[in-house]
Amino acid sequence: MKPADLSNHISQWFDGTGPGADIVISSRIRLARNLAGYEFLSCLTNPRQGEVLKKLKEALLSLDLGEAVFFVDIDASSALEQDVLVERHLISRQHARGKGPRGVVIAPSESFTAMINEEDHLRIQVFKTGLQLKECWQQIDRIDSSMEQKVSYAFNAEYGYLTACPTNVGTGIRVSVMLHLPALKMTGQIDKFFNAARDSDLMVRGLFGEGTEAVGDFFQVSNQVTLGVSEEQVVNEFVELIVPKITQYEAAAREVLLSQQSDAVDDKIQRALGVLKNARLISSQEALFLLSHVRMGINLGRVEGISMEAVNELFMLTQPAHLQINSGGALDADRRDAMRAKMIRSRLCAN
Amino acid sequence: MLCQLCNERTATIHLTEISEGMRMESHLCETCAQKQGLAVKSQIPLNELLSTLLAAQSESQGGDAPAEAVADLKCPACGMSFKQFVQKSQLGCPNDYRAFGEPLKAVIEKAQNGRLQHRGKVPSSAPVDTRDQIRMMSLRQQLEEAVRNEDYEQAAKLRDIMGNLQ
Repeated sequence: MKPADLSNHISQWFDGTGPGADIVISSRIRLARNLAGYEFLSCLTNPRQGEVLKKLKEALLSLDLGEAVFFVDIDASSALEQDVLVERHLISRQHARGKGPRGVVIAPSESFTAMINEEDHLRIQVFKTGLQLKECWQQIDRIDSSMEQKVSYAFNAEYGYLTACPTNVGTGIRVSVMLHLPALKMTGQIDKFFNAARDSDLMVRGLFGEGTEAVGDFFQVSNQVTLGVSEEQVVNEFVELIVPKITQYEAAAREVLLSQQSDAVDDKIQRALGVLKNARLISSQEALFLLSHVRMGINLGRVEGISMEAVNELFMLTQPAHLQINSGGALDADRRDAMRAKMIRSRLCAN
Repeated sequence: MLCQLCNERTATIHLTEISEGMRMESHLCETCAQKQGLAVKSQIPLNELLSTLLAAQSESQGGDAPAEAVADLKCPACGMSFKQFVQKSQLGCPNDYRAFGEPLKAVIEKAQNGRLQHRGKVPSSAPVDTRDQIRMMSLRQQLEEAVRNEDYEQAAKLRDIMGNLQ
């Protein structure tokens, strides 16, 4: 299997079928691990980096993961293939543009990936649709324990699992939920949410696009502290405290919008649809922004005749690398904008 | 597109300012934008944290000599110095956690919200007493929490588990 084989359909974690998926799109847990007896990436020579890759790749491919996983050599992949994996959140941008022998092991369902030689030797990730963090933890814990039978990890009794950056030391766990919060944004309460998150040692980032900017009201919330708290404690805090609170705020904001500003909401949704159904050139930023309004409209029951599935699919397939790889090669920005507009028109008007 | 200020790094921050009807666009890299006080920080700025920490250490110990001693700390296994770690904010090898001793501990304490002891999963290959120790510490923490929440049923359960471990 190759990256291009993934690019014509939506990732399972974004299919909108999981529990609470109108607000919590998906759950993700990542573990950072390093091999004992090898330097971290910053001091690892090229041949030794190759050894780490070989060792981890063999160990990962020999695991029983319930489906046949495949390996992608990132160093040998084209920029377009790398970008498709980044857009699907299977690897990080840092991994795509890294140096030397490195790769990723992917399950075709995209519920599991393992980056080899990113910032740490190994970064295992498990994704699930909706709020399913406990299930993610059970699965990743099992995978991690099976890996331990095959390789030995750098670990000490004081600091736990040793990582290249001290911000990950201890459990090496990063627990994240991806959220769609259009009503908090529309009612001007999103900054309150940012501040509250920061006060509780959480990290908030945009889900799409580069850097911190959250295009289309999609956010990713993660834990920051990895030392001195157990994995279960972090997961429980998300499941029992953090996510219910955010969900409650967003749901309340949606209610307020519907009861007090229904004309304004409908106007926003219908204008978004108007542009999406008629535009001849559309950038990926504008598409994300407008599709976000349509997604909210469907969740609020204000849009008829367009399925959530079609909208979710457009979020994924209209991203730049996806458009290009599905059309067979590199395209300049103008050609991409035209193709994107055409794809959106055909999917939304056919419905 | 290159950053307008340094002309070296890629511009990732694009600003449009409109003042008195005039439209001004600027394209900056993250580093230059931060110098201008523009960029939004998304993660703990570890570089910054480390340099302030080093500066603070040199002040409190009166003079540059101790700070230099800290900066010159070197790991015998990978050859990385503490100063290089501060510049890259990446460690060189697992042994650095031992070699950089107290100065690194101070950094970890800051980055990890005051916590310094692992509580969580332990590899099955770790010695049994290490596993039991970490498990005990984690249980003790949970016990304190249960007592604080007046959940005495849970507290009794935890005490039994701890009794069996000892």
